[in-house]
This record gives sequence, C-alpha cells and structure tokens, in this order.
Amino acid sequence: MKNIMTVVAQNRIADKIHEMVLEGEITGSMKTPGQFVHVRINDTTEHVLRRPISIADIDPEHSRFTIVYRAEGEGTRKLSKLGPGDTLDILSPLGRGYPVEQNTHVLIVGGGIGVPPLYELSKQLNRKGVRTTHVLGFNSKKDVFYEEKFGALGDTHIATADGSYGTEGYVTDVIRTLDADFDCFYACGPKMMLKVLSETMDLDGYISLEERMGCGFGVCYACVCETAEGDWIKLCTEGPVFRKGEIIL
Amino acid sequence: MNREALKINLPGLELKNPVMPASGCFSFGEEFSKLYDLSELGAIMVKAATHEPRIGNRTPRVAETSSGMLNAIGLQNPGVDHILEHELKFLEQYDVPIIANVAGSEIDDYAIVADKISKAPNVKAIELNISCPNVKEGGIQFGTDPETARRLTARVKEVSDVPVYVKLSPNVTSIVDMALSVGDIADGLTMINTLVGMRLDGNGQPILSNVTGGLSGPAIKPVSLNMIYQVRQHLPHIPIIGMGGIATADDILDYISVGADAVAIGTMNFTDPMICPALIEALDERLVEMGITHLHDLKGRAYK
Repeated sequence: MKNIMTVVAQNRIADKIHEMVLEGEITGSMKTPGQFVHVRINDTTEHVLRRPISIADIDPEHSRFTIVYRAEGEGTRKLSKLGPGDTLDILSPLGRGYPVEQNTHVLIVGGGIGVPPLYELSKQLNRKGVRTTHVLGFNSKKDVFYEEKFGALGDTHIATADGSYGTEGYVTDVIRTLDADFDCFYACGPKMMLKVLSETMDLDGYISLEERMGCGFGVCYACVCETAEGDWIKLCTEGPVFRKGEIIL
Repeated sequence: MNREALKINLPGLELKNPVMPASGCFSFGEEFSKLYDLSELGAIMVKAATHEPRIGNRTPRVAETSSGMLNAIGLQNPGVDHILEHELKFLEQYDVPIIANVAGSEIDDYAIVADKISKAPNVKAIELNISCPNVKEGGIQFGTDPETARRLTARVKEVSDVPVYVKLSPNVTSIVDMALSVGDIADGLTMINTLVGMRLDGNGQPILSNVTGGLSGPAIKPVSLNMIYQVRQHLPHIPIIGMGGIATADDILDYISVGADAVAIGTMNFTDPMICPALIEALDERLVEMGITHLHDLKGRAYK
C-alpha cells in the first residue's frame, strides 16, 4: 500500500490547479477509475496528515499515473513545488471507484476540482465503446482545465458560474439543454452539485464524494457519511463513489 | 536482534517490546493486519468501546495543524457487545495482548463495559478513558475532577477481571493532583490524552463541526514529556504508558527517560502506517548502538 513514486512532470494547468505525473511500480495495481492516492507532503513531521487526491489518468504501459489537485493550503503548495526526479510517498490505490458498465450513452458531470477522476473514467468507458457526453462546471474562465482532453473523448460542454467562458451558470443549466437519451450519469464535484443532480436527474447514477480524511484506509473514522438506511460508513473504504441515493447528501 | 532488551512486564501485560498503537489511531487492527503481522506489536490499545453503539460527531472531524492534528470523532464505535463478538474475536488469531479502552457517559456505563470486555480472553488490561475531550457528557468531566475520577476508577476496579490503567487528560490545572487521586487504586496510568484546541478556516469559522477537537501529534510531545516527568516525581512506582507525538526511536527514549515504562504511537500511524514495526526495529538498533542491555536501564535518567 505504501509506495515511493518519482515525479516525472508537473505543470500548472489552471489557476492554482496542478497536474503531476508520477512513475512507480504500484501503477500496475491501479485499475478502477475514481480511486485515490493518499499523499504525504514530505518526510518531516510538519504535516502529519496525508492529502487524498484522486487519480486522473492511468498509463500502465509506462507505469505512470497522473494526479490533478488544487494548491490551496500550505501542504499542497509545497507539493506544487516538486519537479522531475523528486520522490513522493503515497498510499495507493485507495477506495472504491466507479463501475465501468456496458452502456450506449452516458453523461459525465464534473465540478471544479471534482473533474480529474472523470477523465480516467471516460477513457475506460470509451475503450468499452460507451459514448460519453461531458458537462464540466467551473467558477470562472481561469479555473477551466482538461476541456481538450475530454473533447477528444466525446461532446464536452463547459459552464462557468460567472459566465466568463462557455455557458453562464451551473452544470444543470447545460444539462437542461441537452437533447439525448442517457443510460446513466457519473458525477464528481461539490456536495451541492451532487445533491441537485441526484434530486433532478431521472436516471441512475454514480457520485463521488469528498471529505476531510485522516488515515485514508478505514482506521480513524474521520470521513464518515450517512447512508439512506441510517448507517454511518467510512467514505475512504466504502466510497468515495456511491450509487445515487445511497448516501444522504 | 536483541529482543530481550525490549521485553517489559507490566500489570497484566507481558510486552515483547514497549511499542503499541494508541487507542483511536488503530481502530480494531483489521486494516493494519493487511499491512504487517500484528503479533510484532508489544500490545494493541483498541478503539474506545461504549455500552451502546455511538455514531459520533458530524463531519468535518479532523483538521491538520502545525506538526499535529485536531480530531473530534466523538467515540464512534459499534458498542461493546459487537466489539466482543467481532473485533476482539478477530484479534484472537494474533499473539498480542489487547488493552481495551473503555468509555461512557455515567459511572454505570463504564462499569458495564469494563465488566463485559475484561472477560474477553485476549483483553489483558483496561484503559479507562476518563479524558475524551470530544463528547458532550461524560469523558472529560471524569478526567478533570479528582474526586469523580477516583470514584469511577474504584468502581471499575471492582468489576474488572484485568488490571485497570487510567488515561489522564492534560486539560487540567494540576496533572499531579489527578494522578495522585487515582494513583493508589489504578494499576497504571496512560498519559496523555489530547489537548483541547481549535482551528479556523479562511473565513474565521471553526473547521471542526464540533468547534473544538483534541490536538495530537509531534506538537504535543513536550507537554506530555513534562507531565510524565512531574507525575513520576510523585508516584515513583506506578506503571506509566507514555504517548504524545512519538515519531522516532529517540522520541521513545525521551519518554523512557522521563519515567515512562512503555509507549504508545498515535497520530503517526496515519502519517506512516508502517511506523510501529519500523520503530520496534529502530529502537532495537538504537539500544545496540548505545550499548544498553535493557531499555529500562535508561528509565528515569532525566531526573536521576
């Protein structure tokens, strides 16, 4: 589970958003989109908690994978300064990801820093012959990333809350205008977005949640969420991906 | 390997080595059993058990701080009966003594849990949790009032089949008074629990839903060392399991030096899940390097 990876490349791809490519043996065990890695900032004790970051792209052939994260706090800002040849201690792969099911046409909806895991998901769905339509929401033009990468996999629509790029408004404003028959939807983003989607979409769906984590592998009980049955379960091991309606949002 | 140098006997506990995961940082061991052989550990302090199942506090439950973290889990656990039937059963396959952390809201709750859990074959000692800062009732008030702490300890001692270690809270005016209040009836002390703290977000709002949480990790090590040092001056013989921010073999030596008999590893299990076996190995090597025959040759050297 614990592995030392080598940084191959790191780039800033939008405002405060960084893409890091890592290389190491453990990549071979990464199969399911929507899983995450738990990253230790450095080998000192100044940051005792790891940072959960979703896997955006898996390249098993070269034993490489990509993470995309927002450098918002002190820890992630330190991560963003790493360059080629630096090493990173990660726990991986963690959590339950998205099921890659055989369908005709599915809707993929991402919000902000929830977008990255959907890229690997869309790649795997396309590999299976599933047609994907993507709706990605951001706050502003400066926050937009991965439009071209998703565009290469299927129709891709961008919404910005301030209207500075794409459709003005939220992902739901775009979805309303789509004239297509989807078999199901897959989503990752802010809790409010997932809640609105779950309540308004007349489709089965899978959503990926985010929560502050301690250990990342089921020990500390920091990242719990409530199921429709009233149980409190751990997001890091039972999730982060859940079926629509399974979790109370 | 000179494992003899690490063996320690305490009431109820034959420890292969002085290193054990601290309660709340190891759940009930199942997750860690996939990473290493739990029989390597000196003991395991399992997550707190209460009479009834508890769902704990709302999220966010953790926040990082400089060289530490705050937690306000709120004793989420499936209840003592479930723990006896499942979690403790699971641990029976390992050759490791279990220290069961017992929590409650009232003295009777503690007594019920202690009575039941002390009968499990692998539970060799009880850690009386009189110091959880994250639950509204119980927990903390037992740990801050010497008279109440004494009454609770006496009651649990009556019903428990195994030795009782009292976990002291650092959130008191005099840790010595607290230790003295239970010192003649408890079989040992574990110290310290977390320090109450808080962290705000960029908008000036508390991050934890509980507003406050317990501070742990390397940031609290100096506080813990001092408290154990102070208590040791007044209670020269009581067994003490020390904890608070241990990250290296030298940290363990510091704890032994101020008078602890054994140590528990908490927060650093999250930072590095392999830390316990790594520390056992490193401690062994460190003693060889220093030419020390037994770890306890260093015990109390800070005041001797």
